[in-house]
Amino acid sequence: MEIKLTLNGKVITEEIEADLLLIDFVRKHGCYSVKRGCETSGCGLCTVLMDGKPVFSCSILAARAGGHSIQTLEGLQEEASEFIGFIADQGADQCGFCNPGMVMNTIALLRENPDPTDDEIRAYLAGNLCRCSGYEGQLRGIRAFLDSRRS
Amino acid sequence: MQNIRNYVRPQSLEEAYTLNQKRSSRIIGGMLWLKMGNGNIQTAIDLCDLGLDTIEETDEQFTIGAMVSLRTLEQHEAFNAYCGGAFALAVGDIIGVQFRNLATIGGSLWGRFGFSDVLTVLLSMDCQVELYHAGIVPLSEFVNMKRDRDILVRVIVRKTPGRFAYQAMRIQRTDFPVLTCSASRMNGQLQIAVGARPGRAMLLPDANGLLSAPDEQPLTPEKIETLAGYAADTVPTGSNLRGSSEYRTHLVRVLVSRALGELI
Amino acid sequence: MDNKDFRSVQRSVRKKDAMQLLLGKPVYTEDVVPRDALVVKILRSPHANALVETIDTTIAKKVPGVVDIYTWEDVPQNRFTIAGQTYPEFSPYDRLIIDRHVRFSGDVVAIIAAETEKAAVKAMKLIKVKYQVLDAVLDFHTAKDNPTLVHPEEDWYPPIECGGDARRNLVASDCEAHGDVEAVLADCDVVVDRVYRTRAFNQAMMETFRTYTQMDRYGRLHVISSTQIVFHCRRILSRALGIPKSRIRVEKPRIGGGFGAKQTAVCEVYPAFVTMKTGRPAMLIYTRNESQIAASPRHAMEIHVRLGADKTGKIRALDLYTLSDSGAFGDHGPTTVGLSGHKSIPLYTGSVEAFRFGYDVVYTNHQAAGAYRGYGATQGIFAVESAVNELADRLGMDPTVIRDMNMVREGMTMPAYYNETANACALDRCMSRCKEIFGWDEKFPVRDMGNGKVRAAGVAMAMQGSAISSVDVGSATVTLGDDGMYNLTIGAADMGTGCDTILAQMAAECLDCDLDQIAVFGADTDTSPYDSGSYASSTTYLTGKAVEKACLDLRKAIIDLAAELLDCAPEDVEFKGNHALCLSSGKTVSIEDISYKAQFNNTRSVVASATHSSPVSPPPFMVGMVEIELDKLTGHVEILDYKAVVDCGTPINPALARVQTEGGLVQGIGHTLMENVTYDKTGRPIESSFMQYKVPTRLDMGRLQVEFEQSYEPTGPFGAKSIGEIVINTPAPAIAHAIFRATGQWHRTLPITPEAIALGKD
Repeated sequence: MEIKLTLNGKVITEEIEADLLLIDFVRKHGCYSVKRGCETSGCGLCTVLMDGKPVFSCSILAARAGGHSIQTLEGLQEEASEFIGFIADQGADQCGFCNPGMVMNTIALLRENPDPTDDEIRAYLAGNLCRCSGYEGQLRGIRAFLDSRRS
Repeated sequence: MQNIRNYVRPQSLEEAYTLNQKRSSRIIGGMLWLKMGNGNIQTAIDLCDLGLDTIEETDEQFTIGAMVSLRTLEQHEAFNAYCGGAFALAVGDIIGVQFRNLATIGGSLWGRFGFSDVLTVLLSMDCQVELYHAGIVPLSEFVNMKRDRDILVRVIVRKTPGRFAYQAMRIQRTDFPVLTCSASRMNGQLQIAVGARPGRAMLLPDANGLLSAPDEQPLTPEKIETLAGYAADTVPTGSNLRGSSEYRTHLVRVLVSRALGELI
Repeated sequence: MDNKDFRSVQRSVRKKDAMQLLLGKPVYTEDVVPRDALVVKILRSPHANALVETIDTTIAKKVPGVVDIYTWEDVPQNRFTIAGQTYPEFSPYDRLIIDRHVRFSGDVVAIIAAETEKAAVKAMKLIKVKYQVLDAVLDFHTAKDNPTLVHPEEDWYPPIECGGDARRNLVASDCEAHGDVEAVLADCDVVVDRVYRTRAFNQAMMETFRTYTQMDRYGRLHVISSTQIVFHCRRILSRALGIPKSRIRVEKPRIGGGFGAKQTAVCEVYPAFVTMKTGRPAMLIYTRNESQIAASPRHAMEIHVRLGADKTGKIRALDLYTLSDSGAFGDHGPTTVGLSGHKSIPLYTGSVEAFRFGYDVVYTNHQAAGAYRGYGATQGIFAVESAVNELADRLGMDPTVIRDMNMVREGMTMPAYYNETANACALDRCMSRCKEIFGWDEKFPVRDMGNGKVRAAGVAMAMQGSAISSVDVGSATVTLGDDGMYNLTIGAADMGTGCDTILAQMAAECLDCDLDQIAVFGADTDTSPYDSGSYASSTTYLTGKAVEKACLDLRKAIIDLAAELLDCAPEDVEFKGNHALCLSSGKTVSIEDISYKAQFNNTRSVVASATHSSPVSPPPFMVGMVEIELDKLTGHVEILDYKAVVDCGTPINPALARVQTEGGLVQGIGHTLMENVTYDKTGRPIESSFMQYKVPTRLDMGRLQVEFEQSYEPTGPFGAKSIGEIVINTPAPAIAHAIFRATGQWHRTLPITPEAIALGKD
């Protein structure tokens, strides 16, 4: 079947198989930031924005994304660059494999709630697992970014 | 992963319904549970073009399209104002925002999943589902209906004034619940639903007017104790990975008691 | 304590790869390999113990896109181990690439190579296997001398004798003693006699196992793998495939987490075999399910502790017996078990008069265990620290006071730790500092919060090692390049830990240059100097020392070259980082000019390579304290605060040391409260996905606070010891302690579920 969607601002029309998952579609188009960490819709590594909303790209057919706008971290480098240095300063990037999904969901959080509390950050990012960092350093980084923005 | 041969976005409910009459067809909802299967689907039916992703509010009710995401409903101010935030509380620990942006209210209810927070919290509200073929059915009836090839089109929550409470026990915060419980107090009557037993949620039957709770009478600790005991005696529980039947029955008492404690 | 004002070490600098990782750049195995690689899939046994009677791949091979399917009949018959250990390995050679005898639910039955994943999966369903199902050993208590043998084969071979006997289902067995334990126990006022149990917890790193293989331009097997052990991997592949090591190259790109899981060559042999057979590039990516059921988790252990003390709280005797479940294969079996005693008993060196430590490691028909951060110490420390907490309760003493009385202190010789001396030990300071930041005196008393909720606190100490003494080897090569930049080449594996950066910090310190001037590369068996790999808490301590040595050698080489330019004797030259100075003439030459000289009509090598091994393994120490709120009605435990104070010697990069600690604490919290590993009646693992195996989310770990109490380890680089593993050891005993305080019941089996708490079961 043919789908037409916007991937990081670029319109793509392509013949796909009906059961192609969005994660495999975007990786095929060079968006390697999008990772697979589980097969059970529960780790957050594959987070992309669909019409601005964070979704698991492993859990949605590419066909469903037809007609919509998809953004991956490849398309949001600048927005991410505003805050990721603060996470890097904490050393909280660690192995990095969960980072793109976490960064994408943080972008979504900050668009929705520009000045979240620590608890709001925790709640919004609850669907992003990380096995290395123990989460606290990610939080410190985001907090440091928010504080820097305030002052 | 399911093998899917064709993907279709019907342009009318009739078209969707007709397509769905084949055993090899499947309505894909949010896809979250569906994709974990391992079978073959001839036609995947996506209802996303049918305008079912809106919530309409009138003086009497909320009419929620089947394709409304859990996240949308969680953030719906009027709906949560009506139910005292019970819905947002109930779904807030379901995996994560990204999951709830995909999961649909229709898919959540249609599955009548044992673990469903959504089913549990809506059961104690004045809630109906609109099925394309069978028409409007109370949720309490729908929950026990066999899965057929009908289509869940909308969910209707009547604005019957009342108070609502939700309780769930989870081992890990975003895990499936070990037990869920919702309670409401509407029109001088209590409704108590228990889910993740681990069977699908059920409403506690009213035996001998036990669930009657006239507005002017506060729920006394004794009455709550009695009701919690009644629930523990009445609700059948089973064992799975997350807990034994014994523990679940213990939790029924605790969670029912705590939920009712919020309705005093 | 060294008061030198460091320029690069002891500084919280960003990891060199941080921005690449945070921006999602393609740096992992799956991202860096060509798209047209064959997809490798594995058909796995549904039975815990069975023989493949017949296997028919005819129909499966006809699926369009299927290139080939291999069964037990196709593979070499050399037994090998996949444990990443120094040769000769302690782990028995008990594996084949595919064995006709499948020994756990998930064992390999066939390897499928196909053009697409869909074709491979389709073919998998069409392979017809007839199994002769055998009785399985599913309870590790019954494994030893069970009539059912997990490894009945004749060619079972242990490269090192360690008490194993396949005819008895024994992987290893030993007992050691110091003093007369029975006599001292008999003389004690109190004996705590308890059994503690831990599970086969999964590392659950976010990137599952994966390997890509191809034939390179020289016709050699080129392996790109997510591994902590490139050199061991080369050796393992050589033996398994029966090809010379000179024909194999193994490299690792960025690794999406390891925690020891990738210290075992879990998946490398399969695509390598496919590439050898087909000559084509091949890639195997484990599903999360495969990573859960057919990988290298922790050894489940049962530890019987007898702890004797006098009534003042002096701990006089410790007697440990550990039964360890190695699962279907012996990978890391003989070695992990040792740490359950060697890294727990020495904590009480301050008072213990006699100890005994015995163990059996057994084969069962469960998934084979491997290496997981903590490596046996975690299990032993859960047991011993819990027993000490039980002792404190029996005596009505503050558990921190009882530890102060008995703990190992700086300068003590540790008989239970190979008679090593604790040259750097701030455990006492860790305890007092942790008490202070935690508010122990206010939080230790149990507080009723109403509605069934209780707040309580618990404590535990821990130690680990720094590298395997007299075994592990760390190496580094430093080269002067253009403009005074340096290439640092290592064989250690940064798996997110930040060792590339930490080692570069050390190099920058030694070479008096900016961190940016050090370009790090690792690890690749063709270019890296030999390194055992990143495991056993070895990289900072051991490879770090190699970096230090190499840099000092390189300084000499630079001085020699500078002397030539300055026309003076090398003894007369001082190297200042950005220039060299001739002391007598006052003339200088810049590092840029020296490096140009190195590349112009030059006969002196400005490369230095150093290798290091250590006769000792200095333990880091730490104290952890937890405050919980426990719901007595539901049994739910909420972690409120976890405070930890760690002595890792000198923290080379405090930010990274802190995040290591926080990450270890949260893994430990997961193992204690929510991660479980169980099997159904037939031995099939139940927690086979992230839907059932629940690692903590950021809503499950409370608030963490980590501090460091420095000591100075004379044998480590800049006084450093290790940090990577120790940090996982305190949560289980500390949380179990807090739960006891809240409920009055000890839980001695992990995980401690809400059900067990609410219903008072253990």
